[in-house]
Amino acid sequence: MEPFHLTIFESQALLKKKSLSAKELTESVLKRIEATQPKLNTFITLCEESALCCAKEVDEKRARGEALSPLAGIPISLKDIFLTRGMKTTCSSRILSDFIPPYDATVVDRLKKNDVVLVGKANMDEFAMGSSNENSYFGPVKNPWDLERTPGGSSGGSAVSVSAGQCLGSFGTDTGGSVRLPAALCSVVGLKPTYGRISRYGVIAFASSLDQVGPLGKTVQDVALLLEAVAGYDSFDSTSHPIPVPSYQTALKKDLKGLTMGIPDEYFREGIDPEVLKAVHTAIDQLQKLGAKRVKISLPHSSYAIPVYYLICTAEASSNLARYDGVQYGFRATASTLAEMYLKTRGEGFGREVKRRIMLGTFVLSSGYYDAYYKKASQVRTLIQKDFTEAFKQCDVIVTPASPTTAFKLGEKTENPLEMYLTDIFTTSVNLAGLPALVLPCGFDQKQLPIGLQLIGPHFKEERLFQMGHAYESATDWHTRKPSL
Amino acid sequence: MKISPQEVERLAKLAWLKLDPEEVKRYSQELSSILDYVETLNQLDTSQVSPTYHVVPQKSHLRKDEIGRSLSQEEFLSMVPAHEEGAVKVPKIIDIE
Amino acid sequence: MNYETIIGLEVHAQLRTQSKIFCRCATEFHASENQNVCPVCMGLPGSLPVLNEKAVAFALKMAVATHCQIQPTSIFSRKNYFYPDLPKGYQISQYDKPLATAGVVEIVLENTSKKIRLHRIHMEEDAGKNVHGERYSYVNYNRAGIPLVEIVSEPDLRNAQEAAEYLRTLRSILRYLDISDGNMEEGSFRCDVNISLRPERSDRFGTKVEIKNINSFRFVENAILYEMERQRMCLEEGKRIVQETRLWDEHEGKTFSMRQKEEAHDYRYFPEPDLMPLEISAEWVSQIRSTLPEFEQVKKQRFMTQYQLTNYDAKLLVQEKSLADYFEQTVHRGGDPKLVCNWILSEVLREFEVSKVACSSLTPGHLAELICLIQKGTISGKIAKDVFEKILKQGKMPSQIVREEGLEQISDAAQLEKVIEFVVSEQGDLVKQYREGQKNKFSFLVGQIMKKTQGKANPKIVSELLKNKLEREDT
Repeated sequence: MEPFHLTIFESQALLKKKSLSAKELTESVLKRIEATQPKLNTFITLCEESALCCAKEVDEKRARGEALSPLAGIPISLKDIFLTRGMKTTCSSRILSDFIPPYDATVVDRLKKNDVVLVGKANMDEFAMGSSNENSYFGPVKNPWDLERTPGGSSGGSAVSVSAGQCLGSFGTDTGGSVRLPAALCSVVGLKPTYGRISRYGVIAFASSLDQVGPLGKTVQDVALLLEAVAGYDSFDSTSHPIPVPSYQTALKKDLKGLTMGIPDEYFREGIDPEVLKAVHTAIDQLQKLGAKRVKISLPHSSYAIPVYYLICTAEASSNLARYDGVQYGFRATASTLAEMYLKTRGEGFGREVKRRIMLGTFVLSSGYYDAYYKKASQVRTLIQKDFTEAFKQCDVIVTPASPTTAFKLGEKTENPLEMYLTDIFTTSVNLAGLPALVLPCGFDQKQLPIGLQLIGPHFKEERLFQMGHAYESATDWHTRKPSL
Repeated sequence: MKISPQEVERLAKLAWLKLDPEEVKRYSQELSSILDYVETLNQLDTSQVSPTYHVVPQKSHLRKDEIGRSLSQEEFLSMVPAHEEGAVKVPKIIDIE
Repeated sequence: MNYETIIGLEVHAQLRTQSKIFCRCATEFHASENQNVCPVCMGLPGSLPVLNEKAVAFALKMAVATHCQIQPTSIFSRKNYFYPDLPKGYQISQYDKPLATAGVVEIVLENTSKKIRLHRIHMEEDAGKNVHGERYSYVNYNRAGIPLVEIVSEPDLRNAQEAAEYLRTLRSILRYLDISDGNMEEGSFRCDVNISLRPERSDRFGTKVEIKNINSFRFVENAILYEMERQRMCLEEGKRIVQETRLWDEHEGKTFSMRQKEEAHDYRYFPEPDLMPLEISAEWVSQIRSTLPEFEQVKKQRFMTQYQLTNYDAKLLVQEKSLADYFEQTVHRGGDPKLVCNWILSEVLREFEVSKVACSSLTPGHLAELICLIQKGTISGKIAKDVFEKILKQGKMPSQIVREEGLEQISDAAQLEKVIEFVVSEQGDLVKQYREGQKNKFSFLVGQIMKKTQGKANPKIVSELLKNKLEREDT
């Protein structure tokens, strides 16, 4: 097997035994990228040289017998939303197309301390706004399972890079499903951790009260490893949480006896592709066979999640994106007056979807509408959160589909924003409630397109999701299937 | 809720986005239909519900008053599109309100 | 018609923390252009604010000192607007849930006092500084992110004098708390004036006008006086007052319209998601309360009773806490209060600015020793002034200077008798004239004796002895 097909856990063992060097592993991944990048458009920036250099250093450290992190020498990609010092960070936007940050995101800093090998910055929807990865200044990313379809968004490049063997793991961000939807549509494992679990410092903000960094990998175990490396309190992020980070690997060894799955009625109604429904039901049966109990639960305010989400995320985004005005950094349009400079810089620097959301967010916060829209949405957010609090009195994990459909065709929804927004119907409420949720492969439809299963846990109970996900993965082989490229 | 082209223009001005007439028309339609969709929230009586702004409650972080590393002037100016003698240069600020 | 003027002030004061409010950049803004900037205060993508504890403590001190109600939970909000000196496109401020509300500041005018109510006190970040050229503007962000407290009064002020005294009192409190420079000229203390007129005995407020860009205490008074007159004329001509922002132009001595106010603005405030609500414990408040200093007015009263100082002298001494402390330290080292007071108000303040006395090379130790030397009669007041000059030049202790230069006052009668003898014999004509009734010649004779002793003779003893001698030999 080509090294690029390995999981992190597998390659770790080989690296330790020195039957594989970090350099060989990295070379294999880089070759794979070279062969597949033109088809998939996964990366915005590649850094082959520094990757090889970093891999060599790891090999040298290992040769000297230095203690190394489990992630040392592992090639990974990063969504181009993480600031990387001295390396272009675009957020897939024209407005940052030449931006070279002077500092590293905390996540990047922690990964570097773990001697991870960064191979490149992954394509995404501009400012993480989108569900199909079509809103990129650098062109859409293609789904490796069907090049005519979208990989899902906004962390499409991250999911595709893992799925296509262009790296062994990746980090994306998830504001309304941006890690989980592409994970589901590309057949990889993706986690949206509890809000506050991973530092947001140096991660370009879309909607600050919803954004959370999330790892993507080929297996649950890999995702747990990635999370453990970057999670935990950061004094540079006032919303990062001081609660200690447990050892997730220990959780993986536990069986499912004593765990109760909650099955929310509202997530299994009309509008879902029957093949998706069937796969998810089969997965639930499987989990039951593995020892988990199941109960019916209700999340009565589920249908309000999308409107609440779009009001809150656009409001916050309209403010977060105000800094891109061409004054201190980034793209500045030529203009003779200040007003013209602002108007042109932002008018030309942002893409269509970003402008649409800025407009909506500006409206939502504007005088006379705040109470009816922003405040109202924040109140309903409370109700959505309460639904989960109630539900978790009856169960340990909530099991749902990750997406109502499998991957859709490129261009299919680009002219209808509302229809596109509904793609996130099963994922946004998790962000609104700040909960952790894991998506993992649970089957394929007749077109051989992947289907994802979503496990939702209470705040800071990521280990419970890993425990259940790993048990399911151990009993199935969906995660071992590879797209033919 | 209908967002008229005039309203779109007002919002675009607030957000400093230059839009062409075609965009104004399109955003007017799209925003109207999105706002129609979110009307569904009005089915809920939230008069007794407090809003959530921070979803995972925790104590406020307070930082010690200590000086840390800043960017060097050179590092900062290397990002700036136009500068002169260390200052950031913009077209003359006249009343932009 | 007679009109009543209604004035409310919004004061912004920079807090004297080491680092900025949300990042660790230094607040020293005399640094060269854009020297104290970092990803956070420059609003770089991905950067996040972390609140400076000292800034909160300082704002709390102000709130407690002005008898505000401290809110157990306050919220930071984003005030959204575009301006080149505002890196993020929003200012982090406090909006609907400020740190403190409902305070009161007592001002003293010609010995009557008046309570001015405070509407609120909140915290926010400062913006950068713009310099305008012919075609371009130039922005320096060293100031961006310096912590500010905004102190908003109720419309309780009725004239320019009250407004100026209110400002002076706020500044005094800030300086007594040692939390702000309160320097209007340098912009660390800024004031916007809201002013309206209404017919006397009316209970409705008229349309208010905001005046900005006032950067000295005197200008505040001038701007108010001008604006009162402008509005009065406007009303008398039957015109309507336009709600607007006006700028004060000191050069022209006029306010002029800047832009239509508020309605045109839409700041789209919403709670800052990057900062958790600010929780203030009752313990923190009481701890702060227990460390509050004695403020200007109370200190003045105490100085008057404890040290028997006049109202005038005490007022001058307490204008700065550091000066008042300097006075007391000198007194505690043995200086006679009245003498110390006189020396500070004359000699010391001739040499140093009020705010610089305490950190000058002349320590309370120096001054106390000098004054004790006078009290003990070791040196004369005149010599003391020379010694004072020498302390400033050499930094030595006064007793050392006196010893080294042999400046001790001569009070020994026998020694002085000799000098008197000599002068009397030398100035026979004068002595004669004195004895003939020209009593004014006496002081000339004393002067001669002082001269002969290089000013060291104890003038009191000299005149006693001289008088005795002249009268004795007369008989």
